[in-house]
Amino acid sequence: MLDHTDLTKLIFGRLGWDAIPIHEPILIGTFIMVALGGAALLGALTYFRLWGPLWRDWVTSIDHKKIGIMYMVLGLVMLLRGFADALMMRAQQAISFGDSAGFLPPHHYDQVFTAHGVIMIFFVAMPLITGLMNYVVPLQIGARDVAFPFLNNFSFWMTTFGAVLVMASLFVGEFARTGWLAYPPLSGILGSPDVGVDYYIWSLQIAGVGTLLSGVNLLATIVKMRAPGMTMMKMPVFTWTALCTNVLIVATFPVLTAVLAMLSLDRMFGMNFFTNDLGGNSMLYVNLIWIWGHPEVYILVLPVFGIFSEVVSTFSGKRLFGYTSMVYATVVITILSYLVWLHHFFTMGSGASVNSFFGITTMIISIPTGAKIFNWLFTMYRGRIRFDVPMYWTIGFMITFVIGGMTGVLLAVPPADFVLHNSLFLIAHFHNVIIGGVVFGLFAGINYWFPKAFGYKLDAFWGKCSFWFWFIGFYLAFMPLYVLGLMGVTRRMSHFDDPSLQIWFQVAAFGAVLIALGIGSMLMQFYVSFKRRNELRDVTGDPWNGRTLEWSTSSPPADYNFAFTPRVYDKDAWFDMKKQGYARPQQGFIEIHMPKNTAAGFVIAALSGLIGFALIWQMWLVAGLGFVVMMAAIIIHTFNYKRDYYIPANEVVRTEDTRTRLLESHV
Amino acid sequence: MSEINVTSSAAAGADVSSRFYVREHHPENSTLLGFWLYLMSDCLVFACLFVAYAVLGRAYAGGPTGAELFDLPLVATNTALLLLSSITYGFAMLESQRKRLGSTLLWLGVTGLLGAGFIALELHEFTHLIHEGAGPQRSAFLTSFFALVGTHGLHVSFGIIWLVTLMFQLNRHGLIPENRRRLMCLSMFWHFLDVVWIGVFTFVYLMGVLP
Repeated sequence: MLDHTDLTKLIFGRLGWDAIPIHEPILIGTFIMVALGGAALLGALTYFRLWGPLWRDWVTSIDHKKIGIMYMVLGLVMLLRGFADALMMRAQQAISFGDSAGFLPPHHYDQVFTAHGVIMIFFVAMPLITGLMNYVVPLQIGARDVAFPFLNNFSFWMTTFGAVLVMASLFVGEFARTGWLAYPPLSGILGSPDVGVDYYIWSLQIAGVGTLLSGVNLLATIVKMRAPGMTMMKMPVFTWTALCTNVLIVATFPVLTAVLAMLSLDRMFGMNFFTNDLGGNSMLYVNLIWIWGHPEVYILVLPVFGIFSEVVSTFSGKRLFGYTSMVYATVVITILSYLVWLHHFFTMGSGASVNSFFGITTMIISIPTGAKIFNWLFTMYRGRIRFDVPMYWTIGFMITFVIGGMTGVLLAVPPADFVLHNSLFLIAHFHNVIIGGVVFGLFAGINYWFPKAFGYKLDAFWGKCSFWFWFIGFYLAFMPLYVLGLMGVTRRMSHFDDPSLQIWFQVAAFGAVLIALGIGSMLMQFYVSFKRRNELRDVTGDPWNGRTLEWSTSSPPADYNFAFTPRVYDKDAWFDMKKQGYARPQQGFIEIHMPKNTAAGFVIAALSGLIGFALIWQMWLVAGLGFVVMMAAIIIHTFNYKRDYYIPANEVVRTEDTRTRLLESHV
Repeated sequence: MSEINVTSSAAAGADVSSRFYVREHHPENSTLLGFWLYLMSDCLVFACLFVAYAVLGRAYAGGPTGAELFDLPLVATNTALLLLSSITYGFAMLESQRKRLGSTLLWLGVTGLLGAGFIALELHEFTHLIHEGAGPQRSAFLTSFFALVGTHGLHVSFGIIWLVTLMFQLNRHGLIPENRRRLMCLSMFWHFLDVVWIGVFTFVYLMGVLP
């Protein structure tokens, strides 16, 4: 016997009208903008009759190239959200001194810095990295797709629905106020009784499954699907770094899944993993989350090292200096990244021996990293360097990353860390390596591979504007934070009393505005390049005189990537082919075996998103039903045995002939 | 080198080019490797739960201890059921390699029943514990115990759902290559859960009853 209120509670859980933040003008304004933008987008899709193509060619696509592009779009959209948070924080800290409380109340400010960290790592950096790996790796190893194309589509949609949950927290309920790693006991049910931490947990759980599966997928792809002749030590460096990154993903994301599951058990069922009473131990959480968290930063930065390696050797017109040492450096970093997690909490008090072990392993990481920097410098040495936009980002990276690396070694000294722990010095350090490393590298990669994906180069003028705004903006925004950190200012403060600090925050805010201009320039760059696409067109498929196999295909590549699988003899396979006078085969094409599109990935991921939402609000009925439906969808999907088809030979001939004519008309 | 290419005849040019591609290439299937990788990641989930148990396993918070709670004969029966189910799954694999669909299905059915017996005994144990006031909320020890053993039980339950689904698919399509691959994946999954259970039995139950 259920009466009415019980049933309502079963369906709606904790969700009520009070969850809509009508008393927050900033959120209402954001909501109106999002609603208007969304309505305009939906209207445009309907007006131009794009729903069908969008569904057939993109949403259900299992083509690694399209999934790669969708990951990039997701990452760039979320960059705008994450950066809006950053601007709000910089503005708040620049004005909130003495009597002025700024414009963000503390409970809102705390959500902003938490969301900023979570979004930038999980929904900007990760999708952009995964997107580039997805697009480039199969092309670099001469494969036609990844090992598990359906899983690839599913992974993307899981990541996306994780992002959707984070965005939903803006307008329905609230986000965590705990900082991006949600340490208990603050994130426990007593410290955070509302839905914020639940949004955090379930968005990361859903996105985490996607990331883990895409790690398994790319790993199997690289191990099993390389073109004949491509031995491990002939793989392009970007593929090597992707391999190591995916090893790290498979080896660490389960830890994140497990530790967040424990936290949610504590919160939902009153269990005692991390509670203060009944034997719980919150330092267990901190250890486990950093066993994931430290390798995570290498998951982000290793592929970026690969991007720089490709860019430096291409634009210097030289073989990469020290390929073997580059590979070994990458592998050593992969292993060491698992042995340093405790440096994030030297202040836990685990004693001098433990702290010095982790301090020393941390410092050792700078050796292979330094070797990489020298390899890039020696590659450029006596090279015929072309200063295109990817090279700007690379040089900017080398300068900035070395500074960030040195402050990192400084923080690795436990006694110094005791002083600087949780200070703005730390904030400056990790933005120094993440912006100067990961972000600059991603932009180098976007500028480098864009012509491959879309068939035209990006406009160089706006690209250089973007670089200079970002570069100068970064130094103005974060060098003051080093100073403030050394003076003892701690992180995550929404108000300050000492007026002598204000000038530093104002400089930092100005730097953030310059970075905003950098992001604006990049959007402008996309727009202008699209407008000028006929001038910027790349008909050769090899606009930069590249060295690896992706440049042997057309831009954009055909659905099947390679009409014939390439055979590899050299590290720089495509450069070797060009040098030997390779001519593209123009006949004898045969049918090509390809995987078929499916909606299953989208459907299952959408159901996961729904279940996540229901669990956040404790809508048990909805969650239970959703789970049953999702299991049914998975089982139905396994009954589908016809997952592939053949591209007929005459269609391959048609595609290849078109390319032949295009190449001949532009000799 | 490039000069030689320029002067060589067209036929030689085609020869140079044909070195650089293969007309037909079938990359080997990666499903088993991919599934292995997934299993290893799952193994890490269990590793974290074992770590939590290692840290919290003696944090009784004044509540009952393992020595007071664990019913070793019951757990021994449970262990026997699960180990036996691994053997019967092995028989199913042998039969599938002899291309005998009927007996493959039979052994799979036996495996599923043994798995269901394992789950039933585990649920019995859990309800008994909760009834005695030794539920997962009582202490950090019980929290980590229920999480570890429960996660394993959840895996076995999903394995049973998968097994039943696969029996339907075998019945419909027979021992085609896709189905044999799926049988192999489930086999790895099932044996993996067995290995994890041996860890649970040793670390949680046998060492838990030590004073």
